[in-house]
Amino acid sequence: MTTTTPMKLTLGPVLFNWEPDVWRDFYFRIADESAVDAVAVGEVVCSKRMPFFDDHFPAVLERLTAAGKEVLVSSLALVTLERERKRTAELAQAGEWLVEANDISCICHLAGRPHVVGPFVNVYNEGTAQWFAAQGARRICLPPELPLKSIAAIAAATPQAEIEVFAFGRAPLAISARCYHARLHKLAKDNCRFVCAADPDGLPVDTLDDERFLVVNGVQTLAHACTNLILDLDDLVQANVASLRLSPQHCDMVAVIRTFREVLDGKMPPERGFRELAAIYPDVPTTNDFLRARATTAKSPGLVSANTVRSL
Amino acid sequence: MELICPAGTPAALRTAVDAGADAAYCGFADATNARNFPGLNFSRRELAEGIAYAHRSDVKVLVAINTFPTAGAQALWHRAVDDAVAAGADALIIADVGLIDYAARTHPDQRLHLSVQAAASNPDAIGFYVRRFGVRRVVLPRVLTVSEIAAITRAIDCETEVFIFGGLCVMAEGRCSLSSHVTGQSPNMNGVCSPASHVTYREEGGTLVSRLGDFTINRFAKGEPAAYPTLCKGRFKTSLGSGYLFEDPVSLDAAAILPGLRAAGVTALKIEGRQRSRAYIEGVVRGFREQLDALDVGEKPPADRLATLTEGQSSTLGAYRKNWR
Amino acid sequence: MPPVPTLPRLITRTLQPLPLGPLQLPLSLVLRSVVARHPHIFERLGEHAHKRFGLEPSDLPFSFVLAPHPETPSLVAVRSLPAGIPVRIAGPLLALLGLIDGSYDGDALFFSRDLVVEGDVEAVLALRNAIDDAGVDLVADTAALFGPLAPLSERLLAGALLRLKDVAGAAKHEGARTWN
Repeated sequence: MTTTTPMKLTLGPVLFNWEPDVWRDFYFRIADESAVDAVAVGEVVCSKRMPFFDDHFPAVLERLTAAGKEVLVSSLALVTLERERKRTAELAQAGEWLVEANDISCICHLAGRPHVVGPFVNVYNEGTAQWFAAQGARRICLPPELPLKSIAAIAAATPQAEIEVFAFGRAPLAISARCYHARLHKLAKDNCRFVCAADPDGLPVDTLDDERFLVVNGVQTLAHACTNLILDLDDLVQANVASLRLSPQHCDMVAVIRTFREVLDGKMPPERGFRELAAIYPDVPTTNDFLRARATTAKSPGLVSANTVRSL
Repeated sequence: MELICPAGTPAALRTAVDAGADAAYCGFADATNARNFPGLNFSRRELAEGIAYAHRSDVKVLVAINTFPTAGAQALWHRAVDDAVAAGADALIIADVGLIDYAARTHPDQRLHLSVQAAASNPDAIGFYVRRFGVRRVVLPRVLTVSEIAAITRAIDCETEVFIFGGLCVMAEGRCSLSSHVTGQSPNMNGVCSPASHVTYREEGGTLVSRLGDFTINRFAKGEPAAYPTLCKGRFKTSLGSGYLFEDPVSLDAAAILPGLRAAGVTALKIEGRQRSRAYIEGVVRGFREQLDALDVGEKPPADRLATLTEGQSSTLGAYRKNWR
Repeated sequence: MPPVPTLPRLITRTLQPLPLGPLQLPLSLVLRSVVARHPHIFERLGEHAHKRFGLEPSDLPFSFVLAPHPETPSLVAVRSLPAGIPVRIAGPLLALLGLIDGSYDGDALFFSRDLVVEGDVEAVLALRNAIDDAGVDLVADTAALFGPLAPLSERLLAGALLRLKDVAGAAKHEGARTWN
């Protein structure tokens, strides 16, 4: 008889620019109240935001560790500036925490040591997954766009690493050198006044037909719809997925974690879990289109046109 | 500096060679390359013939195998590598770590270039590919300023190639799932961005409406220059106003900064557009050949005449200018 | 890329009442010659060879329906495109001819709004790419129909095409004046 290890739950890094105190209290609450197994912490999207969280970083890591959470420190996804490169290298070389690398410029410092490959590193197939595993990757969070068939093939061929799948939250779709928040506010990126902080769940982007479409988060673009794989858990278990990534949105993430845990443990039927999540994170349509290798469709009308400008 | 030119078809390759390219780049007619469009690309026989034609004029042929192999179906990509080597490709352009590893192990003498799709945007990332796989040249992502490029060329042990003309990715290349989200077809997995199969154009009383999948991407008023319905160059609405949120429908044109790129230590200049016609290849390659020849002898370069070939009929220096960000 | 010339309205009006019947045989012959001289077109067209393409010269009083089936290719002149045709490509005659002989870039014509494309965009791309690669030369391919007289025919046809471009070029200037 084979024993199956229970599916882990991993809280991804906060991708949005939350107020530092809110950010700290969020993690304190995750440490104190949530049933999550692992927590990734660190600024992934914009290096300009990093100084705001630096003060709270040690306390957050300590609180999470004390609560028995496995702590991952996430690296920046797009590294171009010299200070970004230095910081990425320092993080990788410090050796104090398990590092989740989101760019090759981080991985290159981690070879031979246990680390995690984050969802911003392109792992699309078993050849690449095995190569990273041989370098010391003990967990690989796959890019959100991978379909179930690819996930299963990678997990089957890479038993030496835990395979993680993006299971809740707005899927990151793109990252750029250009800041769209600054551009929308008619500001230069270097003098952005951190306007992205006004949108802790992303700034909605609608089509010309007033359909909800995307959200922007500084240099990052995400889907408007929330990825939610709570109805797909059987398939993910079947595919030997070891961990589910829950990506923080501006909602009660402790409740999101609890719902996933109860469904995974068989204490709650998936359909009820789905309804619970819809109540926890209301007004945002859900999607599992990437997992099912489908194009997304217009899911909900935009709110912009109802109460603001039609054109600029 | 070398002039690297696109070749979507054998005829385009011959046109590029004849118009003054130093190298042409092309791919096989399947998902192994990032311009997997209908009616485009090369069979094995066409590649061998194209390479023979190019080599007669001392022009190199680079074969792009720059998508990310599908899990469980890697054999297609491995065969593309083997066949390109067998055909005598001067270099392979690859993005996926596993595939570069395969190419480096299986064909240790083959020259390898790192595709822009690998998004290696700093000396550490580039150094990783150079040390681990012996990559000889990196195609830099279009997220860098000229001074950042200069710093990178100083810090690395391989050649650099940069884009100077054509379609412009606004997002970091190889890290964009916008097309995948809307069409289920992605540049990384299927070699297509905003594929024609999911595009519709409709004339509504002089207004051109372009749609991608289930979504309207743009409306062009009568007479207004049009553009491909790529998501990052569409018009959208936000609470702060509507319009071109990500980028206007423009093409990259770096003709004005060729001296700067040379001073930055760039080895090769790349023209985008394997999906474009012979007329485009002829015009753009010849135009840049003249520019480079003038630059080499210290003459004033001829005026840039390429505007009509550009998307939206206008051009940008993109990320090469810092304030683009 | 040069601006796209359009035929003068006088030509369009003159052609208006003429019957299309006499056009059919020459069209079939030209298509057959093109296909015989460029057989690789079908490889590039793939599945799209089984579709019908509507070609609508905006400065002629009639259109064409192209069905590039490998076994039974056909090119037919029609007063107007049939409803429900899967592909419609419209633009000045010389733009459409320039796409075929490689003197115009299709994307550029689309960007400048000289070319209108509706329907199955994938099929349009496949056709464009197949023709662009084939190096179709309408003048030489048509002249080839005349066997031993091909060189003479080629000169005459080339001359005629140049004349057409001249006339159209003049029409552009005409249009620029505001006399009407």
